[in-house]
Amino acid sequence: MSNSNIDNEEPTEYSALMDGHIAEARPDRELAGRIPRKRNNKPESQRSYGSVQQTDGSGPYNPDSGSAPTNINTDNQMEEIELKYGARHVIKLFVPVTLCMIVVVATISSINFYSVKDIYLAYTPFHEESPHAVTKVWNALANALILLCIIALMTVVLIVLYKKRCYKIINGWLIMSSLMLLFLFSYLYIEEALRAYNIPIDYITLLFIMWNFGIMGMINIHWKGPLLLQQGYLIFIAALMALVFIKYLPEWTTWVVLAVISIWDLIAVLTPKGPLRILVEIAQERNEPIFPALIYSSTVMYFMATATTPGAAAGEGEQGPRELRPLNPQEPGSNQNGDRCVTSGGDDGFDAAWRERAASSGQQRLRVDGGGGGGGAAQYTTRVDRPRAQPLPEPDEEKGVKLGLGDFIFYSVLVGKASSYGDWNTTLACFVAILIGLCLTLLLLAMLKKALPALPISITFGLIFYFATRWLVKPFADELAAEQVFI
Amino acid sequence: MTLGEFFSCSLLAFGAPLVMFAMTVANDPVRIIIMTVSAFSWLVSFLLSAIVWYLVSPLWPYVAFGMAVAVMFQELFRALMYIFLRKTEAGLKEISENHSIGSNKVEMAYVCGLGYGLMSGAFALVNVLADSVGPGTLGLQGGTEYFFITSAAMTLCMILLNTFWSVIFFNGCDEYSYLKVSWVVLSHYFVSALSLLNRKELYYATILPSYIVMLITAVIAFRCAGGTSKSLLQSFRLSS
Repeated sequence: MSNSNIDNEEPTEYSALMDGHIAEARPDRELAGRIPRKRNNKPESQRSYGSVQQTDGSGPYNPDSGSAPTNINTDNQMEEIELKYGARHVIKLFVPVTLCMIVVVATISSINFYSVKDIYLAYTPFHEESPHAVTKVWNALANALILLCIIALMTVVLIVLYKKRCYKIINGWLIMSSLMLLFLFSYLYIEEALRAYNIPIDYITLLFIMWNFGIMGMINIHWKGPLLLQQGYLIFIAALMALVFIKYLPEWTTWVVLAVISIWDLIAVLTPKGPLRILVEIAQERNEPIFPALIYSSTVMYFMATATTPGAAAGEGEQGPRELRPLNPQEPGSNQNGDRCVTSGGDDGFDAAWRERAASSGQQRLRVDGGGGGGGAAQYTTRVDRPRAQPLPEPDEEKGVKLGLGDFIFYSVLVGKASSYGDWNTTLACFVAILIGLCLTLLLLAMLKKALPALPISITFGLIFYFATRWLVKPFADELAAEQVFI
Repeated sequence: MTLGEFFSCSLLAFGAPLVMFAMTVANDPVRIIIMTVSAFSWLVSFLLSAIVWYLVSPLWPYVAFGMAVAVMFQELFRALMYIFLRKTEAGLKEISENHSIGSNKVEMAYVCGLGYGLMSGAFALVNVLADSVGPGTLGLQGGTEYFFITSAAMTLCMILLNTFWSVIFFNGCDEYSYLKVSWVVLSHYFVSALSLLNRKELYYATILPSYIVMLITAVIAFRCAGGTSKSLLQSFRLSS
């Protein structure tokens, strides 16, 4: 148990909304220096950018003339395209998050096993059995801090391994943990589900099902398979992990852990030396995608990962910023965009920070412009590697946003925990609050254009609405329901 | 039996709104986002009214007070939602797929109202539905058997009313027509006040007038959306 949990906690470290990802954080100064170097040896490929076909038919766009004011329109159009993708991608995250929560809530309310407290994780030595509130509070705090320390430690270990390029160890670690989840925890889940519904099944059939399910999952997650299936497996893994947390964490520890984790997420992603930030930066530096087993992606991940050309991996990095562009300059709500429009000469539509980062590096701007082309990442990279133009635009599905599996897990923990008290209003309130938090995070992402932690806003909203609904709204709602007063 | 009751009640209450959602909202991301935002604004309004209700503890036995506060907050947040949507209109236009959502104000009002209604309906009914699955059933100790079905019917009425109200309200705000806005507020108070009679199990006295108000509101909303009897007939003709 304890071993497995070390492995399993591991996804939580990636709870950053690793969206902007590679290109987003790339703008950091030292990286900005590196990337041009990487690309400087193929200057002729830049020109081929001019032939990028915009999916929306806004015509070819020549980045080399990007500084000309005539491009204002084109830039605006590009932004529109990108924002449109932004809206669609919000939904692309809504759906899996919702599915994951539904799986957890359905399990919690139908299978008793997951809401009964009997054994706890080894990391939470204080079991909150004391009747005194104060004791419970410090128990919960101590548990949460221990858990947090372990998570931080594991993150550091992972980063050190990653930095030293011990890919074999990391992959082994990831494979072990997904193996554990897909076989052991799935087995437990199926067993309890069968028990709850009183369905007899023989071991041979069960073994057959488990084997097929598990092996298919391993192949899908770590190697390749249909995207839908991979996403399904990742959602299921996240749901299982959330159920494990709900089952094995003491009552109040769960709430404290949620709060502490979101603060940790904030620190790990946003501070200059935050571990997750370092991880993302290293990944960008090496032009690699972050391990597919840790991140839910609405696009084909392994497709990029398995591409042999180094450029292909670079292209993967370009994915993020495109669809998550800042709000349109015409939007009254975002003033800074308006200012930008006035002050900026050539790079209309890109904010000051962006321009600053892109600085004098034509490469960078080129990359941005290429991004605006609306074509898929793969298309872009092909062009880098082989200058011959490939006008076929990739389908929109090729682009996407990524959300760490840890986010799925903790969202589901919150909603699942809320539902374990049997009040559906609370569950519903938490669900809507988390979705709104996610929306806000994505909005911020579109404005700030850097990898952002997805937990803090959502979890804060979720916690506020959980406690508010439980203590304030529930009596009122119950009163209204009992009297059948409709408001 | 209980399961049948559960499904029939939930379909009665949420069947029509869910079909509306699936056919008009689900395939446009921006509409889904607006709907979520409006559901959230309902949630906040309900939270605020619950806080007020909670603070004024001497009035706890009088549900009417809570009702009045809740209706007030709901209408307030409807107005806030209107302001919010007008402010972000340009941005929404940019992120929408078909670029028509900004120009078509009725559409936005409808989506907003549906989100509002669904959330309020869900809050009113979800726990009742969860109880309806069993193990107990109603009507054993002299209680009325019609509790669930009337509850579901009223919920449907409220969801639809909220949708129409938003259409009328937004239109009224656009045209500075205080008549429309006050119709929304007054009919909301009227329907909610009617439902106070539910505790006396006078279900006919509640449901029939509520549905009549709903029909009137639907006609007004249709007019607000620019529909005429001619266009109504035409729409049927085209679809057949």
